Amino acid sequence: MINIYEAQETIRMISEANLDVRTITMGISLLDCADGDHDAFCRKIYDKITTRAERLSIVGDEIAKEYGVPVVNKRISVTPIAIAASGCRCADYVEVARTLDRAAGTIGVNFIGGFSALAQKGMTQGDLKLLDSIPQALSETERVCSSINAASTRSGINIDAVNKVGLMLKDLASRTQAQDSIGCAKFVVFCNAVEDNPFMAGAFHGVGEGDSAINVGVSGPGVIKRALESVRGADFETLCEMVKRMAFKITRVGQLVAQEASKRLNVPFGVIDLSLAPTPAIGDSVAEILHEMGLEQPGAPGSTAAIAILNDNVKKGGVMASSYVGGLSGAFIPVSEDHGMADAVRIGALSLEKLEAMTCVCSVGLDMIAIPGDTPAETISGMILDEMAIGMINNKTTAVRLIPVAGKSAGDTAKFGGLLGEAPIMEVNRFGCAEFMRRGGRIPAPIHCFKN
Amino acid sequence: MRGIVTVLGKDSVGIIAKVCSYLSEKNVNVLDIAQTIVGGYFNMMMIVDLAVASESLAPMAEGLENLGRDIGVVVKLQHEDIFNAMHRI
Repeated sequence: MINIYEAQETIRMISEANLDVRTITMGISLLDCADGDHDAFCRKIYDKITTRAERLSIVGDEIAKEYGVPVVNKRISVTPIAIAASGCRCADYVEVARTLDRAAGTIGVNFIGGFSALAQKGMTQGDLKLLDSIPQALSETERVCSSINAASTRSGINIDAVNKVGLMLKDLASRTQAQDSIGCAKFVVFCNAVEDNPFMAGAFHGVGEGDSAINVGVSGPGVIKRALESVRGADFETLCEMVKRMAFKITRVGQLVAQEASKRLNVPFGVIDLSLAPTPAIGDSVAEILHEMGLEQPGAPGSTAAIAILNDNVKKGGVMASSYVGGLSGAFIPVSEDHGMADAVRIGALSLEKLEAMTCVCSVGLDMIAIPGDTPAETISGMILDEMAIGMINNKTTAVRLIPVAGKSAGDTAKFGGLLGEAPIMEVNRFGCAEFMRRGGRIPAPIHCFKN
Repeated sequence: MRGIVTVLGKDSVGIIAKVCSYLSEKNVNVLDIAQTIVGGYFNMMMIVDLAVASESLAPMAEGLENLGRDIGVVVKLQHEDIFNAMHRI
């Protein structure tokens, strides 16, 4: 039987250390909505999403109340629109995005992901149409999130797609200039994108998935930080053991919530994503964990090792706690969404180059980083390409969510508000890569992809 | 189905009585009680049987939270499974 100390530990994790279930994301396949008639397609996807996920928000709130653990977000991911809508007779997919936005509004979820294309090897007409639709779609909708998979270990890197993304981001940034180019915060470009990720902006429901699934993202950087306070000065074995133990406990809560949501919604359980996802709140920060480990600031020498330790032990603790682990599973190191990271940038402790190094050992990549609005499109593409190369060679998922803040320069602050937070605009290397990027085409897959 | 009631706050007269009378009004049976007082802070846990309760868990959890606010302590009622999931393999 549970004893009083265990009960109090759980309660303290929730009330003092911000333990929560970050998101219950329902993945919904839209493949059966395919229709040559554009209006009919939009009608079908609206009906399917609003019917299938009708009770998602209610069930999420019910579970939160009964178990006494906050369920922060309820979200939807759908089949990449470039695939689901590829048969539609239409010039662009903007109306599809508006329909997704409306469906999300009707069922009361704050984000819907899947305005996406899988373009790691080449681009279909559907992929091109989707990419061209993104600036208008994301600037005119509120809840739609978008992603492109532009590279993979198996296929190499689609440079043409990476180049298009650089140009597209500049357009999207200028369309949403009034809100510090917030449109770009809803778009992410991947290498080795995963098909069951519940976290935005990169969530989509892969074509290998079933008709629908419940994927849950747990979080709790505050819990890890609080636990590490009790082992200050202890050696690395003790440190790792503590991270593992806490990750196990956090994940068990996620597993419970996922199973319960799956049962109540009558939708199969997909995966638990074991990610430490920070928010701008004090006490909910990955940077604070690095401080607690003994680094003066994130970005100081040792930071890459600290993130590697954190990431590895979160996984080791988490995999034993859940029957199905998937998604991105690791520590997120966004800048604007983590007050500690933003502060480190502000005082000059954390540079873009160090962040890039840290992405080699964490999930996922250069995340929520504000850069000057006048950064050339080729430079943005070059930054994306470097991150894709890290993912391709290391056989891991990497992602880039850069915000070239229109009208602002290095040292200014971009304010997005809410969970997206605010970030100092970081300086970008001023030397160009235009000629390199202009080569175009496709980078062949690395040698270690030939495993057959 | 079993729930766990926890109470945390400054010790005063009648905390257990008030929580228990709320539970008995809702036809909730108390199976086990444990408590400690550290530095004047009252810390209690009850395991309760909700099988024949007159209300469902969520509204009772809210009722207990309000009761706690009135007497100056934090009272929570949660499904037992969240504790079992976290602390038992």
